[in-house]
Amino acid sequence: MKRSLAIGGAAALLAASTSGHLLAGSNWASLVPGSRGALLAGSGSVRIVAQANPPAPAQRVDFTRDIQPIFETHCAECHGPKKGRARLRLHAPDVIRKGGESGAVIVPGKSQDSLLIRRILGLDGEDRMPLDADPLPSDALANLRAWIDQGAPGPGGEAMFGVTSGAQAAADTVDEHWAYVKPARPELPPVRTESWVRTPIDRFVLARLEAEKLAPSPEAARGTLLRRLALDLTGLPPAPGELDSFLADTSPDAYERVVDRLLASPHYGERWARPWLDLARYADTNGYEKDNRRAIWKYRDWVIDALNRDLPFDRFTIEQIAGDMLPAATPEQKIASGFHRNAMTNEEGGVDPEEARYEVLVDRVNTTATVWLGTTLACAQCHNHKYDPFSQKDYFRMLAFFANADYDSRTFGDGTRHSEPTLDLATPEQEAARKKQQAEIDRIDLELKTATPSIQAAQEQWEGAMRSAFTGWTRLAPAAVSATGGVVLTVLPDSSVLASGANPKLTSYTLTAATTLEGITAVRLEALPDPSLPKGGPGRDGYGHFRVTGMEVAIAPAGGGRHQGEPVRFETVKVDDSATPFEPAELLANRIGATERPRASWAINAMRDPERMPRHAVLATAAPFGFAGGTRITIRIDHLDGTIGQGIGRFRVSVSNAPNPLDGADIAPRFRRILNVPAGERTPAQTEEIAAAFRATSPLLKPAREALSAARKGLVALDIPSTLVMRERAGFERPSFELRVRGSFAAKAERVYARTPTALHPMREELPVNRLGLARWLVDENNPLVARVAVNRLWEQVFGRGLVETSEDFGTQSAPPSHPELLDWLATEFVAKGWSQKALLREIVLSATYRQSSAVQPQLAERDPYNRLLARGPRVRMEAEMIRDAVLAASGLLSPKMLGPSVFPLQPEGIWNQPFSSDKWITSTGEDLYRRSLYTFWRRTSPYPSFMTFDATSREFCTVRRVRTNTPLQALTLLNDPAAFEAAQALAARMAGLAGEPRARAAFGVKLVLSREAAPAELDRLLATYEQELKHYRSRPEAAVLVAAGRPEDPAELAAWTIVANVLLNLDEAVTKE
Amino acid sequence: MSLRHITRRHFFEQASFGMGSLALASLMDGTLSGAQGQSSPAAALAFPPRVKRVIYLFMAGAPSQIDLFDPKPALRKHDGEDIPEEFIKGERFAFIKGTPKLLGSPFQFSRHGQSGAEISELLPNLAKMADDITIVRSMRTTQFNHAPAQIFMNTGHQVIGRPSLGSWLSYGLGSENSDLPAFIVLLSGENNPDGGKSCWGSGFLPTTHQGVEFRSSGEPVLFASNPRGVDAEVRGRSVAAVNDLNRQHSLNVGDPEIQTRIAAYELAYRMQTSVPELTDISTEPAAIHELYGTEPGKASFANNCLLARRLVERGVRFVQLYHRGWDTHGASFGEDIVEKLPRLCRQTDRPVYGLLTDLKQRGLLDDTLVVWGGEFGRTPMNEARNGSKFLGRDHHPRAFTMWLAGGGIKPGVTIGRTDELGYNVVEDPVDVHDLHATMLRLLGVDHEKLTYRFQGRDFRLTDVHGKLVTKLLA
Repeated sequence: MKRSLAIGGAAALLAASTSGHLLAGSNWASLVPGSRGALLAGSGSVRIVAQANPPAPAQRVDFTRDIQPIFETHCAECHGPKKGRARLRLHAPDVIRKGGESGAVIVPGKSQDSLLIRRILGLDGEDRMPLDADPLPSDALANLRAWIDQGAPGPGGEAMFGVTSGAQAAADTVDEHWAYVKPARPELPPVRTESWVRTPIDRFVLARLEAEKLAPSPEAARGTLLRRLALDLTGLPPAPGELDSFLADTSPDAYERVVDRLLASPHYGERWARPWLDLARYADTNGYEKDNRRAIWKYRDWVIDALNRDLPFDRFTIEQIAGDMLPAATPEQKIASGFHRNAMTNEEGGVDPEEARYEVLVDRVNTTATVWLGTTLACAQCHNHKYDPFSQKDYFRMLAFFANADYDSRTFGDGTRHSEPTLDLATPEQEAARKKQQAEIDRIDLELKTATPSIQAAQEQWEGAMRSAFTGWTRLAPAAVSATGGVVLTVLPDSSVLASGANPKLTSYTLTAATTLEGITAVRLEALPDPSLPKGGPGRDGYGHFRVTGMEVAIAPAGGGRHQGEPVRFETVKVDDSATPFEPAELLANRIGATERPRASWAINAMRDPERMPRHAVLATAAPFGFAGGTRITIRIDHLDGTIGQGIGRFRVSVSNAPNPLDGADIAPRFRRILNVPAGERTPAQTEEIAAAFRATSPLLKPAREALSAARKGLVALDIPSTLVMRERAGFERPSFELRVRGSFAAKAERVYARTPTALHPMREELPVNRLGLARWLVDENNPLVARVAVNRLWEQVFGRGLVETSEDFGTQSAPPSHPELLDWLATEFVAKGWSQKALLREIVLSATYRQSSAVQPQLAERDPYNRLLARGPRVRMEAEMIRDAVLAASGLLSPKMLGPSVFPLQPEGIWNQPFSSDKWITSTGEDLYRRSLYTFWRRTSPYPSFMTFDATSREFCTVRRVRTNTPLQALTLLNDPAAFEAAQALAARMAGLAGEPRARAAFGVKLVLSREAAPAELDRLLATYEQELKHYRSRPEAAVLVAAGRPEDPAELAAWTIVANVLLNLDEAVTKE
Repeated sequence: MSLRHITRRHFFEQASFGMGSLALASLMDGTLSGAQGQSSPAAALAFPPRVKRVIYLFMAGAPSQIDLFDPKPALRKHDGEDIPEEFIKGERFAFIKGTPKLLGSPFQFSRHGQSGAEISELLPNLAKMADDITIVRSMRTTQFNHAPAQIFMNTGHQVIGRPSLGSWLSYGLGSENSDLPAFIVLLSGENNPDGGKSCWGSGFLPTTHQGVEFRSSGEPVLFASNPRGVDAEVRGRSVAAVNDLNRQHSLNVGDPEIQTRIAAYELAYRMQTSVPELTDISTEPAAIHELYGTEPGKASFANNCLLARRLVERGVRFVQLYHRGWDTHGASFGEDIVEKLPRLCRQTDRPVYGLLTDLKQRGLLDDTLVVWGGEFGRTPMNEARNGSKFLGRDHHPRAFTMWLAGGGIKPGVTIGRTDELGYNVVEDPVDVHDLHATMLRLLGVDHEKLTYRFQGRDFRLTDVHGKLVTKLLA
């Protein structure tokens, strides 16, 4: 690793960040992706040379002219300066000499014994080189052979082999990307201004600043520092009392004591869980289209707790990757293994279960590589990594570690799904209660299903009543029938009417008939099958469905001329079948024009039963009708949906004067048919169907049904938590997986076995080759990446940017570290401090670097706009959750309640409007409305909207770095979101509650929101707002009451304070860590 | 200080205006510094633009091309017969199992306009515009499940995480209206598209470029209306107070980010005024409501079509309408091609006709591109899931139809051909990346040059693919 170069390149690095291009010192130039032609530009000694006309083998072969271009063209992609697959590199004489994993590849003078040639020829049962590419041209091969046979001379003809020097040995690692070399503890650099230095961190920062001829910024104001510390360590602004006591505390260790107090706060775990949960892609739903809920909040609580007890990062890692596999794993360790159960799971119908599982495994590999290795291993799923030393085989070997996870397969209506285990977390008391409750449920269920003589008798009686309900109807003999749209209606002998002719999208049927019946209580419309109809009817569309959109019945005295009569008012409508949910009464309300679809319609699925069945609708009148001298009845039946022709094919109208005409009216047609089969002749299925219907409705069994329902509710009410965990399949075989060509699930290739990437530190022999072994390998002291990656993320949280800005990628395409030695010092310090995150954070926040003022000096803004040199303190917009928490804290609404199931704070209507799910956001009540944001229910396809506006992620995949935008939608959210305005109201009440002059109240508001004393000019401006809005609301008392929440004595005053509070909570400073 | 008149293009072409360039840069690009070697999007503006804006009618759920635009007499002739083995050998379907049977269209086709384009009876109004649209019968995709296919169609990649077409345009071309976002999404039909918000996400581009969803009921833009009791006057004064205090603070702190926030609050306040005016379609004359079939106050595709016109009139770069419900498997009642497909056509046919007619009569169609289509096609075979008797078609990525209209498009032609059964494309295949490349070209953008560096790699909408569909271009 060439640190000197990295430091030397600083000036260029800065110039680059301002212009948007990073073309720094020579060593980093090779990292700038460009054309293939630039591939080796950085190594200096090698140039791209056009393939020359190859000399005859007999001619003396020249390394630079003849050989190097071959390696460059055909080999460098895998065995070049950037990648050394199988530890073999062929781009420079010294590394060629070194050979690879299998030892030397060249035996000077003996081309036939040289591994290089044997592999190019594909001998010894090995794959031909170059892999997955055209064979080497014969002239190139001839040159290589001639070169080796001539003794393999180096550039200028000097001997390459048999010479080793210290310089050359050092040069072997010249091209190893810095991040793949284990960090060494750097010396602390000397600085001129010793007095500024508080911790070793400051030496690295100051040395760099001095080299750049820059001075650090002065220490920030104490109030600002306290707010910065509180936000960084607990995610919450300091309470006013804390501010006062800190400002009053002049003892030399006041700052350190505050740091220690904040680190010990239980809110520390909540604040630091947030970024970790982004990495863990923690959410409360499964993702993909269905995005159903899952219970894994116990894992979230585990993270909070582990951080609070400062579980060392190595153990923090092992328990999350493989807590379930630890000897005598505790429930807590099993819960921790939920880390990888946070992967999304696809429950879409028709998805191949194996493919769905493959996607989960892929996510586990990618997440593991990102979180612990800072590596974009994902690239290698489809092909060898283009830039970093990882092959596709490495990828699938890594995946194999996860391929031995245990799962169940279950088949549903629309496909098979694999599901991994759930850990039941019942306490012994809950377990006992559950057993008791389940026994109760079983007992009542049995009682319901047991046919006693009295129940049987009741059922028979019920059946009889049902049967008689269908008699007693008087059919109306049509006197006249007509239809619009060219439909031909024909009256049949049984008084039914058959439709034929055109089948238009819009049609209304009208039937007129006379009856002498009086006291009519109901009208019944029957739709009947008929062989002349499509598929036998009873409707006229291709399947025999019909769709009625409205009905109207009118009556007039018989012989009363041509007068249409008065519409009959009906009280209730019942239908015996409907294909879609609808309210039958709406049939009578639909008076909609022909062009728009009525809002409800009675449609049937004629194909639901194997045989064609009749259907009916029964309309019960509000008051009996029937004229003494006979009644003329006119019925209109509308089919005005307008989509396709769906008229009733054959229908009949009847009337009844029975007192309870609706009895049995909603019994399904299939059921009616069974009722008419004598009990002894029914099939067992028919018998069971009738019995079930009886049991579901009989008043006799109502107490039992209610008891069952209560018992089931009781089971749910036990609220026994569970959480998703990992579990390994039993067995001793080494985990393996079939490689997938181009990463495509369907393209299976050779089976590979679990193994860590060859380019990284080897796995210790004593480690088991399984997920637990992998976990221990990740935190092995020889892992060059893990500590750097972890400390860099902590640094990023505190300073807004990592020392390696691409905190998700430390590979060759990463941004070069701004302070490479500081990064390595922190990494080694982290390990030395026993992987304690609290200790490391303490070290960081105690530094003078951290304590600097964040004010941006103009010349610094020009020179170092992103504060990469750390000549000032961090000034960073707070993250989404922190903003909401800070707003709640300032307003006094924040609930301190920790842990537990996720909560549902106020969110606008209609956000959860998703396909395939009727899940509803039921807003929480009480203090759950104001819990810290990390407890908010996280639905992947529809996360909490104001978080998304402030750049939170959907948690669908592991995210290391959130972007930070500054948009109008954020302004609208802070100004108008009812949750934000509610906080303004609460803050206003706090301000107005302070005894004293308005000026003091405004100052109190500033202190609550910004944790500092207000400047006089600021108070002037706030008071101007207060006075103006007071005047405004004095003249608008109704508006004042709306704005002033609660029942204040003076609504206008509180309204004015609410506007002031709203202004305060919208200040840039309010959402910024200064 | 105002963002008015400042578009991204202006920024890169003439970086001279009041606000510090860094502040604007951070407004547009929160991660500029993380994006070393980022090439300017201006470099991608390589061609004279033929259109300034796009209305994309995304028919989520996948409409059946065989029943709407690609008539297949052979299917009707062989209706109910097994599909020949060679078509389905090695094929994977979402739901079909075994050997499926061919399904002829139950709907009639006829030729329309001077061009004689063949359009189904289900789209009688669109048929009147036959000479204004260009039908592409040879679309292909690689994805056969809704969510990935929709994400692929929108982002050029099937896995969540890449920027969508609209956000690329917002990034590359900026907005022509400082009071509104550059990329607006309107939803109608049964719930949201399966791909969810990723369909209009900005991926690794800064979130300012993501599609802003105008909600079809309630407030069109979340939190654009003031709390009860706070009127525009109070809001104007309070935004002024916020900005005054922010200016005071910036004197002490000097962070250019504060200037960006001041500009954001000004735009937010302007949106509060412009959005309600914009979304209030009740002010349109009766003839326009008649034309589109709109009903003010009701959430519908028709209302969204009218809103789309009002948005492009105001300079919004990319308006995407999603109408969901085209998934016609025939697996259950009411989601078949016999009843549901006509219903979906009925919901959309007149509004689409209204939109095209209205754009044309206002002269907007000359510099607007209208695109219609779903995420894949539907099988020439009956799905018959679990023996269902309802007629329906499974997902089919190998061939489907889209149409385009507007500036730079050669109108009144039908491009591409499928085989006798409509199973495979046999002439002029158009892949999703080709469509994207062609759309970008119409906007004057070279699809190979509009790139963004992320995680060490230059990404573009068309990935490493994308051929211009020259037959489409006028």
